[in-house]
Parts: sequence; structure tokens; C-alpha cells
Amino acid sequence: MDFQFTESERAFQKEVRDFLDANLKPELRRAHSLTPSVFDDPATTRPWQKILNAKGWVAPAWPSEYGGCGFSPAERWIFATEFARAGAPNLSPMGLQMVGPVIMKFGTPEQKAYYLPRILSGDDYWCQGYSEPGSGSDLASLKTRARREGDHYIVNGSKIWTTHAHHANMMFALLRTSDEGRKQDGISFVLIDMKSPGISIRPILTIGGDHEVNQVFFDDVRVPVSNRIGEEGKGWTYGKYLLEFERGGGVASARMRAMLRECEEIARRTGTLTEDLARRIADVDIDIDSMETTELRVMSALSSGQNPGAVSSLIKLRMSEIHQAVTRVGVDALGLDALVVEPRRPFYALNEPTLLTEDELVVTPEYLNGRAFTIFGGTSEVQRDIIAKAMLGL
Amino acid sequence: MNLTYSEEQKMLKESVERFIADAYVGRDGAPAFDAAMWKQFADLGWLSLLAPEGAGGLGAGAVESGIVMEAFGRGLVGEPFMTSVVLCGDLIASLGTPAQQEHLLGKLGAGELKFGFAHEESRRFAPLPVACKATRAGAGWRLDGAKPFALDAAEADVILVVARLAGDAASRQGLGVFLVPRDARGLKVETFPRLGGGSGARLKLEGVELGADARLGDDAADALDRAEDKATAALCCEALGVMQAVLEKTVEYAKTRVQFERPLAANQVVRHRLADMAIACEEARSLSLRACLLADADAPARMRAVSGAKTKIARHARFVAEQAVQLHGGMGVTEELDIGRYLKRIVAFEALFGDSGFHLARRAAAETLVA
Repeated sequence: MDFQFTESERAFQKEVRDFLDANLKPELRRAHSLTPSVFDDPATTRPWQKILNAKGWVAPAWPSEYGGCGFSPAERWIFATEFARAGAPNLSPMGLQMVGPVIMKFGTPEQKAYYLPRILSGDDYWCQGYSEPGSGSDLASLKTRARREGDHYIVNGSKIWTTHAHHANMMFALLRTSDEGRKQDGISFVLIDMKSPGISIRPILTIGGDHEVNQVFFDDVRVPVSNRIGEEGKGWTYGKYLLEFERGGGVASARMRAMLRECEEIARRTGTLTEDLARRIADVDIDIDSMETTELRVMSALSSGQNPGAVSSLIKLRMSEIHQAVTRVGVDALGLDALVVEPRRPFYALNEPTLLTEDELVVTPEYLNGRAFTIFGGTSEVQRDIIAKAMLGL
Repeated sequence: MNLTYSEEQKMLKESVERFIADAYVGRDGAPAFDAAMWKQFADLGWLSLLAPEGAGGLGAGAVESGIVMEAFGRGLVGEPFMTSVVLCGDLIASLGTPAQQEHLLGKLGAGELKFGFAHEESRRFAPLPVACKATRAGAGWRLDGAKPFALDAAEADVILVVARLAGDAASRQGLGVFLVPRDARGLKVETFPRLGGGSGARLKLEGVELGADARLGDDAADALDRAEDKATAALCCEALGVMQAVLEKTVEYAKTRVQFERPLAANQVVRHRLADMAIACEEARSLSLRACLLADADAPARMRAVSGAKTKIARHARFVAEQAVQLHGGMGVTEELDIGRYLKRIVAFEALFGDSGFHLARRAAAETLVA
């Protein structure tokens, strides 16, 4: 056991820092810090992805045969941590962390050759068609139907919580291709061109005031059968594989830490750092210590070829709760100014002066939008069921 | 001892609740000021509810204003009843001359004058320091200073501004309350929509000249404490209305939303959560009532009741509102349901007139006053 990075890992850390110093332009950092929604806008991530792609650093978790960085688990941890500390925009995970790994594992050689490079370059911008109005936690009850007609599926129904559907040109979706047998068995994993006739998009505003999610409607949308991943009726297996990536495996502690430090800085500057608030900040900071150490334990298990197991559910659950605690500290650090509403969006495009400073502007919207963290990707109630099953065998 | 409502109180409750159910519940958008509604409030007698009978009012008290505020919470009313009627009305009644009372409270009751309020000068609510300065200017007054968070000043005709006549910024002595017309020369008002409803403003006062009758009173610290306690008690009742509304909505949703072939409420974890929310509502009802019942008591008893209510209800209300969002799932985090608007109202409630930590400390200090 060794609580230090090796010399070569420290050299890698320096390489990442030097790269960020040289390439992370202040306007991209600013745009990221002024984004109170969960995801950065493509206007922010596209130029950043281009810079990273030139360096070959778009996909730290992908194997090098597909154009990934081929990093070790420790390097991945260092990479993500340095990016978070530097305040770099988060590339959209829908291609890189969600559909990409599914295509790699279950796609045909043609699908891999076509889609994977386009994910790396950012030529395709993906959205996720999973939840439906009647199917949230109980995802397997989904009803959006794909009826076979020759070489095409005819898709009818509706998906909801579709992040950036209004930016995406591609969607990966779980669709019902059969009503036979268990409800999980009639689901297929299909890639849909968002420009297909019959698709319409309805924006949904979040309580923080941001347009990030949508409802997507399908009215006799024709999708080539060749856009299906893997076998018909096996979509649930592929979809679950993807959810493991959505729920865990990432590195969340560094970003939480950076957010908490910003809140502390606001409190110090505005005179709201009472003893009470200072103790709460320390309390959340300890939770982040714990999260960081758990991440390092997972990383170490992966490095030595072990399966970290159910701990990815724990990470999603605790990350979401800690995120909410951090954003709440922010609201209290702002004091009465937390009640100053700035309805204009996006913040990074505002040119006129605002009543709040830039670091203050995002605080209340982040708290409000942050209520979604214990809901999306499996609610905390569902995560606790998973932990009870996977960790305790209940 | 009888803590049930009297016949008059029941009638008031029924009429306010009916009005709110018809005119407010289910509205879209952020709660904001509506002049037509304000006029109706006047016609219904709510704007003169609290004024002394001698000044043309109904002479009702905190329990009555609590009844109104609870219904206003359920309806997410955006009009400045708390600021104008409860807070400024009380200051005018306790500090004003008989002539000022009759004139100002009469106009308030008729819906012809609305008041904004500007006191604290720090980011977090604190009655002191007050550095904003009032000096003699001829027969009248001159005000200089800044107020970073004035309540409901956007729609106000007159803003009640707390300013210092004497002493240093931290002194309880030497505070006065001044009537500053919204359009006074030298007054700069930067307004903003307030989270959860109503408005706020940053005020800058640079050589604002006022007449001799612009002063409501001097050594106003005790009157300010009392008025702000009454406002806090009223806000506790409003928070109770919010909590009760989201509890009912969430129970209804948990009974009808089906996942895994059963309603959400069939899951024990959901039922227990709802039970905890219901307990929080009942405790909020008791503590807000206690605050109202003691709103006119001597300072230590009043402070204990009001600060006790605020510190607990702030925590209970956040729990209830956040869990209402959680149990509504993704829809709870959108503008498509009103659950999020209720949550915003609670975030505002927590910060106004002192957050939970402020009132816990104040309550602890009040204990030593009693001993």
C-alpha cells in the first residue's frame, strides 16, 4: 500500500497540468464556470474537444485500438482530477461515455468503424433516448415502439429528459420491438438520426431556469434496421451495460472539491463565513475526502485487475448527495443575494453587467438544478435498492 | 386555554382560502405583483386587517395575519402583503404619530399606498450594523447610504428606510425609520425579481432630501425587532401553507404514479418519507401558531417563540420541499409543475429575516435574557 503516486504517474500529472496551462483558454474556463446546468453547451465543448482531439486526449477511458488514450486507471484518475481542478469544460458524455463503449462491445465492425471516429472528432453529437413519461425508475416498462417493416423500423412514441436533444444529430434509444416474454426481453438498442422526418422536440425548462432537457416525439419515424446494435430483443443487456458507465466509474471528487472551495471563497469575501457555515463546509469537505479515497480504492482495484464491484452504485449515490450539499453551502454563502434572480441565459453570453458577480451568478441555479442529481441515472431510492442487492445480497 | 379558531377566524380562513383557490392555485409562472389583485385585497379588507381600529383598521393580530399568510403560501401569492401590511403596517402603527397612522394606514388599507422596506446592510440578515445616515437638512432630513436588499421596493410607492440618527454603525441606539418616496431625488433603485416571488432591490441613497414629516420615529430598534418578529411569524405561516400544499401534492402523486406495477406509495421508503413530511408539517403548524400567539408578548418571550419557530420551520420546510421534488422525480425539477416554485419560496423563506443559524443563536441568547 502506498498513498503516493509513482514517479512516472507524477510525471504524467505534470504533463497534464502543462497541457492545461497551455491550451485551456480563459474563455472556455469562464463558459464552464458560468454554466449552472448539468452539461456544458456544445458551444463550449466543441472547440475544447477539437483541441483535445488534436492531442489524442478526447477519450481517456477508451482503449487505444479505438483511438482512446489507453491510460492506466491511475492515469485516468489523475487526468480527470487535473481537468476538474483546472475548471475545464466537461465533454458531452453521451457519445464518449455512454454509446461509445456499447458500440465498442456490441457493435458490428462497420458500426465501430463509422461511429467511433465520429464520436472522437465530435462530428456526431449524441443524445440518450431512455426514459419515457411513464417509464422512469421502471425503465423496462418503456413503450416507444419499433415496428419492423422490411429493412426499417417504424418508431412511434416519446422519450423524455433527453439532454441536448436540441443540439444532437444522433440518438441512441431503447425501443420496444416485442411484447412477448419478460418486459426486458422485448427491448432493442437502436441508433436514430435526429433529422429523420417525424421527430419533434419539445423543450423542458428546469427550475434553475435552464433549457437542457427535452421531450422527443416519434411519429412514424423510419430507422434502418442496420442501425440496431447487437441482437433484436437484447437491448436491455446493452442498456444496462451503458448505465454502469453513466452511474459510476467517473471521478467526481475533484469537481466537488473545486465547487466547495468556490463557495468558501464567496462566503469569505461577502462576510457570510460564520462559524456555523465554516463547520458545515468542513463537514462536506470530509465527505469529499471519503469520496476521493473511495475513488482511489476503485482505481487501485482496477489497476491490480480486480473488479471493484457494486461500489459504482455507491459512488453515484454519494456523489449526488454531496453535490447537493455543496450547492446548498453555496446558497447559504450568498446569504440574501441567493434570492437575486437573473433569468437571462446563457450566463457566459451576457455582456451587460449583472447585480451579482460571475461566481455568484450560478450558485442558486446550481442548487435548484442540482436537485436532479438524486433523480437522474437512477434515483437514490433505486440506488439504495441496488446497493442492498449487490453489496448485501438482500 | 383554547387553541381552536374563533368563529371570526374561521370565517376569515374560509374566505381567504376560497379566494386563493379560485384566483391563485394552479397559476403558471413566477409569482409577481398584480395591481388588480391588490385592489381586491383592499376591497376584501385584508389590507386594513391589522391596523388599529382608531386608524380605521380591523385591529386584528398575528393569528389573523397568519391565517392569511398560510393561504398565501399555498397560492404562492406574489403581492407584498407581508412587507406592506404586516411589517410596514406594524412600524407605522407603533412609531407613527396619530396623524401619520391615520393617513398612511388609511391609504394602505384602501390599496392606494404600498410600502417597501429597507433595513439590513450585510449579505446575511442582521439588524446591525446600520451605517445609512440621516442628518438634519433645514426643517427636514437628508439620507445617505446603501441598502443591498430592499424588500418589494419595485412596486412600492414609499420605502421605509432604516437610517442612523446618532451613534456608530453597531449601536442599537439612534435608529430611525424614514418614509422615502420611491421617486425621491437621489434615490437609485435597482430592482430584481426575488426568488420564489415578489421583488427585491439594491438602494443607493445620495443626498435624498425629505420633509420634516418623513420620520416615523427615533430609537426605533425595539419597534423594528417587534415588527420583524411579526413579519417572521407571518412568513412561518406562509411556509406552513407551502409545506402543506406540497405534502398534499406529493401524497397524491405517490398514490397515482405507478412504477414496477405498483404505486410509488406502496414502497415503504416512500411511505415513511411522506410520514416524516407530515410530521414536519404538524410541527410547523404548532411552532408557527406559537410564534403568532406570542408576537405581541414582551421581548424575551416573543424572541424565544419567533426565533424558535423560524429555526425549526426553516429546516423542516427545506426537508419537505426538497423531498417533494425528489418524490416527483424528473418532473419535480422542471417548470412544468409548481413543485419547484414552492421550493424556491422556501429557499427565500429560509434567508429572509435571518436563516436557521441566525435564529438558533438568537433563541439561545434569549434564554439568558429570561434567566
